[in-house]
Amino acid sequence: MENDNQEKLLDQPLVVINVGLKDFAKNLETQGADVVQVDWVPPAGGDQEMVDLLDKLL
Amino acid sequence: MSESSLHVGIAVRQNQYYDSVFLMGINKHLSESPGVEQTAVVMGTDANKLLLAEIGIAGPEIDAATPGDLVVAVISHVEDVTEGVINGLDETLMAIASKSPASDLRSLQAGLEQRPDANLAVFSIPGDYVADEAEKGLEAGMNVFIFSSNVPVERELELKQIGQEKQLLVMGPDCGTSILNGVGIGFANAVRRGTIGAVGPSGTGLQEFTTQVHNAGGGISHAIGTGSNDLSDVIGGLTTLEAMRLLEGDPGTELIAVIAKPPGPQTLPALQEQTKAFTKPLIGCFLGLDQSSEGKFEPFRLARTIDEAGRMALEAAGISGAIQQNGEYGSDQVDAVVAGWTDGQKYLRGVFAGGTFCYQSQQILRDAGVDTYSNSPLQHELKLAHPDDSRKHTLVDMGDEHYTLGALHPMIDATQRAKRILVEAADPEVAILLLDFIFGYNAASDPVGDLLEALQEAKAIRRDHGGALTIVASVCGTKVDPQDIQLQIDMLKESGVHVFSSNVRATAFCSALLGQR
Repeated sequence: MENDNQEKLLDQPLVVINVGLKDFAKNLETQGADVVQVDWVPPAGGDQEMVDLLDKLL
Repeated sequence: MSESSLHVGIAVRQNQYYDSVFLMGINKHLSESPGVEQTAVVMGTDANKLLLAEIGIAGPEIDAATPGDLVVAVISHVEDVTEGVINGLDETLMAIASKSPASDLRSLQAGLEQRPDANLAVFSIPGDYVADEAEKGLEAGMNVFIFSSNVPVERELELKQIGQEKQLLVMGPDCGTSILNGVGIGFANAVRRGTIGAVGPSGTGLQEFTTQVHNAGGGISHAIGTGSNDLSDVIGGLTTLEAMRLLEGDPGTELIAVIAKPPGPQTLPALQEQTKAFTKPLIGCFLGLDQSSEGKFEPFRLARTIDEAGRMALEAAGISGAIQQNGEYGSDQVDAVVAGWTDGQKYLRGVFAGGTFCYQSQQILRDAGVDTYSNSPLQHELKLAHPDDSRKHTLVDMGDEHYTLGALHPMIDATQRAKRILVEAADPEVAILLLDFIFGYNAASDPVGDLLEALQEAKAIRRDHGGALTIVASVCGTKVDPQDIQLQIDMLKESGVHVFSSNVRATAFCSALLGQR
């Protein structure tokens, strides 16, 4: 049941998008992984009603 | 200037979102300001607002705060102190933020635009939001590692079904550890590469297994975390099976060890059925089983403990190094320790950062005839009425959500563990304190230093009341971890702590001490 996506994960160098804790990105880089850091913020400042509204609009 | 009553200074910064580790850094900095009694530095979620209200911090500006707003409260006997800290807040924020460069990317989508070839997305954001973000990652064709917890199990199932459909690996939610291609993700140790593969829902379980293998001279091909719920019947082991299939097909892996609690009653037969045709040796360490389970878990060879799983794995991989058996102590050491106790000292209290250690210690003690209470018990009848209230022999998992809601994991922030250690030390019936120290990437930079003061105070409390408090600790780490593990061990030993190189061996020592009682 293997496939390209998973084979890529075990056989090729990791290319990571790290969403959240910066220390995670820092430690991945230290170990030689390719990392893009995303400084995530809650959608619409954390206002759930606004998030639902935006989801409907987009 | 009044010094009699407490003054509370509050500041809210709209649309300034910070991650939990950053918030801990700010909190530590502010709380160390002269004259400050207490500080709270949190995002304005409803849960955090409730926590603030419980300690008497409330007001219209806090009511209006959203999860994207920073809320800071400073308490002092001196009004000038609270004012000074609040006035200097922006400067403090900037100074601490400048230590780690900011990214201008704010969403997974923005990250993907920069690296369309990314093969893994790692999420450590609040549980309320993480499932939606992870789903976007899967839809974009990425494997995902979800560190965050507090995701409803129905959403976890949905994510894992999407992963199955798209043939993508979904590690988590509540996934502490993976090591892929020699790269540790989340809480992971620096270990050499080799031919031993591992799979498991427990982060600390994988950390203990991989470090035991490394320290005995072996190496790890991949260690794949699945998230704590994966082997429940609701999830049905979807990620465990996928991870095992991957390792079965991986030319660099010679055998597969699964480190877990026992699978759900419906999940176990499915797991057995789907792995019976595997060509590689399978080792199963299913913690909590009683001793009559041998033979019921084919095709897995059962290991009673993580140490035993490590020994079996090294043997199967043809590595000559060995993991020590119990007995890093002599009977004279046991006698000398017990001789220092008062007649009233008879109980063991475990204060764990690693949930798997708490669980494995309960199993070992049960097998030795010692029942232990816990907030995460082996048997329901031994569950503590409240996690804070120890009784008789008690082992408490400080990583339980009772302690981590709105706070950091005890592997990063030792504050709550330090408090609990002092509470246990003040109980005149307590003889032994059992602890775990977990090293590696993303763990605290000085785990022993963070608790040293509490340990010394705990010993002093006991001394003042006569008798002696025996502190026993296990260390989980390697010499190539980011922390200097030898220095950390030396610090423990200099403080009179009995140090062991695995949780199994530390617990066996406790068991021997209790047996002498």
